Amino acid sequence: MPFRWNPELRPEDITPEELFRQRRRFMKSAALVGVGAVLGMESLEAAETSAPLGEVRSGVVTLNEKQTPFADASGYCNFYELGTGKEDPSRQADRLVTKPWSVLIDGEVGRPGRISLEELIKPHPLEERVYRMRCVEAWSMVIPWVGFSLGALLQRFEPGPKAQYVSFETILDPERLPGQKRDILEWPYREGLRLDEAMHPLTMLAVGMYGRVLPNQNGAPLRLVVPWKYGFKSIKSIVRITLTEQQPVTSWNAHAPGEYGFYANVNPAVSHPRWDQSRERRIGEFLRRETLPFNGYGEQVAGLYTGMDLTRFF
Amino acid sequence: MVGWRRLVWLIGLIPLGWLLLGLWQNTLGANPVERMIRFCGDWALWWLLMTLAVSPLRRLPGWSGLIRFRRLLGLLSLFYALLHVSGYVVLDHFFSWETIWRDILKRPYITVGLMAFLLLVPLGVTSTRAWMQRLGRHWGALHRLIYPASVLVMGHYVLMIKADYRAAFVYGVILAGLLGWRVVSVVVRSG
Repeated sequence: MPFRWNPELRPEDITPEELFRQRRRFMKSAALVGVGAVLGMESLEAAETSAPLGEVRSGVVTLNEKQTPFADASGYCNFYELGTGKEDPSRQADRLVTKPWSVLIDGEVGRPGRISLEELIKPHPLEERVYRMRCVEAWSMVIPWVGFSLGALLQRFEPGPKAQYVSFETILDPERLPGQKRDILEWPYREGLRLDEAMHPLTMLAVGMYGRVLPNQNGAPLRLVVPWKYGFKSIKSIVRITLTEQQPVTSWNAHAPGEYGFYANVNPAVSHPRWDQSRERRIGEFLRRETLPFNGYGEQVAGLYTGMDLTRFF
Repeated sequence: MVGWRRLVWLIGLIPLGWLLLGLWQNTLGANPVERMIRFCGDWALWWLLMTLAVSPLRRLPGWSGLIRFRRLLGLLSLFYALLHVSGYVVLDHFFSWETIWRDILKRPYITVGLMAFLLLVPLGVTSTRAWMQRLGRHWGALHRLIYPASVLVMGHYVLMIKADYRAAFVYGVILAGLLGWRVVSVVVRSG
């Protein structure tokens, strides 16, 4: 029988979207519990995280340092939208809905518009790059990201002659994201780069890590990774990329300008009012190690800052 | 009655036991050093608030016996504060005195925290009956240092926070209530 309009259908018969989503969430978790009961808990974990990534070119950027275990990299996160404790984001990861996902690309670009995540990723071959990740809180990890150069993406949208900076925004969903119900930071989370930093070949957009799709708590489905800057620059769960003429407002900088600069390059020589930045604790190690200028990427990126006083532009 | 005190001692060691068990079973997360230091600091604060709660609570009918736990609670606070500070020196910076000294000078939350700790130490040392007799009426005056120490502890906690002040607000309100009660009762008694 062909579909027919039901004239008896009244507005109150329609399931509200939130309720619909709640039911979906419940059914999903119920299904996973069922699967878990049959295959054991490890499979439950795998079912949640091992979504296929397609073809990945490995070894594009390698690092001769021990990789942080996946459990630590996905269990110890700063993602205030999902809670301010280090383990809150992994616990509340399912509060972030990543499907469907689209990204608005606007500002000083020749071809502005909204694009689905699938269309955004499609033309870019995925690469694995192992980077150091240095948090401003003086801990660090080594993470194999999967993604592609931000620069390649930006080229597709044809940055205009006035474009000087790139601004990013995280999803705003206070209904679901527990952290956004309170004004811990000004939501949505914002970050930004100078255009030449954004175009640098090391700067990447990640869609996965450890060969799998990004876990929600690590910024699924699309996040920035800028390995020579403190971790808070590498904004998670991006929904908007805007090319601008002016230096954009960034969240932590706006929250405490004396502590978090716009540049936020890893710099052991620039002291921070909270954490000694000369050394860091690599997750999994006991003794602290020396922090390297530009997080060890100075050879590649120091040239971006020639002539700049990095104690002033910290 | 000594039995009750022994029980409180044992209860006081449960958090430490939990921590050692977690360390042994490797369930303290990705950054166990941070976890251990925070955990001991939190317990030092909680025991301190409990110590300060004894005086107001013992005025309640039938609660006067609470006073016999006050010293114990204070010592538990100092004990966890000692673990907290040792954790910072040994686990976090592994005796890197240069870094520690820089921290004390440059980072207000460390400066304030150290001041709080230094105020609490003499209270622990003079908590014995012998010291009580030796100091006589000065003993009470000395032990009022717990008030500025508790304010400094709160300052240490607040200054450490990056953005989420929820827990600090709760502890701040409790401390303000406990200290406020004392101010009010002094005013009432002298008025």
